[in-house]
Amino acid sequence: MKAVAAALAVCTSFLAVSVVLAQSRNSGKPADGTGPNYDPAIYAELQKAPEKARNRANPLENDPDAVAAGAILFEQHCAECHGDAARGGTKAPSLRAAEVQGATPGAIFWILTNGVVRKGMPVWSKLPEPRRWQLVRYIKSLAGPDQAAESSAPKP
Amino acid sequence: MILFCRLVLLGLFSLSVLPLFFPPPALAQESPYFVAYDHYLEEPGNLEIEYFSTYGTQRVGNNFHAFWTEFEYGATAWWTTEFYLDGQTTFHDSTVFTGFRWENRFRLLKHEHFINPVLYVEYENKNGADKILKEVEGHDVESDFLVSNAEARKDHIHEIELKLILSSTFKGWNLSENTLAAKNLSNSPWEFGYALGASRPLALKASAKRCTFCPQNFIGGVEMYGGLGDRHSFGFHDTSQYLASVLAWNLPSGWELRISSGFGLNDNSHRFLMRWGVSREITGFGSMVSRLFEGRK
Repeated sequence: MKAVAAALAVCTSFLAVSVVLAQSRNSGKPADGTGPNYDPAIYAELQKAPEKARNRANPLENDPDAVAAGAILFEQHCAECHGDAARGGTKAPSLRAAEVQGATPGAIFWILTNGVVRKGMPVWSKLPEPRRWQLVRYIKSLAGPDQAAESSAPKP
Repeated sequence: MILFCRLVLLGLFSLSVLPLFFPPPALAQESPYFVAYDHYLEEPGNLEIEYFSTYGTQRVGNNFHAFWTEFEYGATAWWTTEFYLDGQTTFHDSTVFTGFRWENRFRLLKHEHFINPVLYVEYENKNGADKILKEVEGHDVESDFLVSNAEARKDHIHEIELKLILSSTFKGWNLSENTLAAKNLSNSPWEFGYALGASRPLALKASAKRCTFCPQNFIGGVEMYGGLGDRHSFGFHDTSQYLASVLAWNLPSGWELRISSGFGLNDNSHRFLMRWGVSREITGFGSMVSRLFEGRK
């Protein structure tokens, strides 16, 4: 009986921790509860990629299937935070922004590999390298006429 | 037997019903290991519900089926917390609830390196009938399981377990090395153990079409684990050691299946351990809980 009571107590603590963390993540939201919940300075992380990493070329640049495969990977692993069309969500920024589209494939690959752990972006090196390059191809394929209209800074 | 059915059903019920209340699942892409850990943590805000079983043979005594349910939550990108409920059935004996565990894993470095350290801290509140063999430590041996469930469950164990997880990913291969130190909070010495794992997806590139049986959805590997004695008697003598093959199948629907067949490497080990598990990741669990409470403001 004591074990069951203790298990219930731990369950409650587990839930409480979840709530506190979820609330703290939402604390940056505007008062009306709308708008993004991430640091707009997160784009600057792309600039932190070492030069050697920035200069890496995408080995799948000429792979005709890479964009389609990357789109599926994006939907499975990235869309939850970055939005279905990579236009940004409440948790993560748009990947159509000029900062991302102007970055080299190597810099995007570096961010995917290393994440931005302290700002909520997980490490994606669990995806094998070719899949990360497929994702990079998909992200770079999003550059289009509406890219200029995408704001790199989140709207309040 | 009734308790056994209830515990198994609880795990499966959680897996099948809870996702109905949450957003669609993400493709888990989890590692295939049962005992070893790699350095990848749960994505922030996601909850993964997992059900696992271990069937073990026992020389002299009765074979057993141990099972556990895990609730794994990505608190942040550098912290994953996990809650376990354990139970077991010993054939020709009984089915018992054997306790719970609360595990936390902390990523220590900001960026990826060739070797990536993760600190693991776990509190276990279990009884002596626990047989899930989630880790092997100290002088754990097969004959420990000869005690009947009625006797073994009278022994209450409060234990702290620390692990240093070192993990590397190279050309699609994951190599993981875990060292373990556990302390029963009663007056027992520190006990030690290890786990090693190597795994690789069957295909490194993703297919341009959605598929269930593509090689990219399978991850195969091996893991080896065992005890390393205790503070007074460190080493391999009087310890059990295992080698197991592992295979994970990540289904596009968000479910993941894992299976492992393990073999004891010395006379102190169970000859055969068959493990299997099913898990499902629920995205945005943290946000959903948050919204639940915001609505009451």
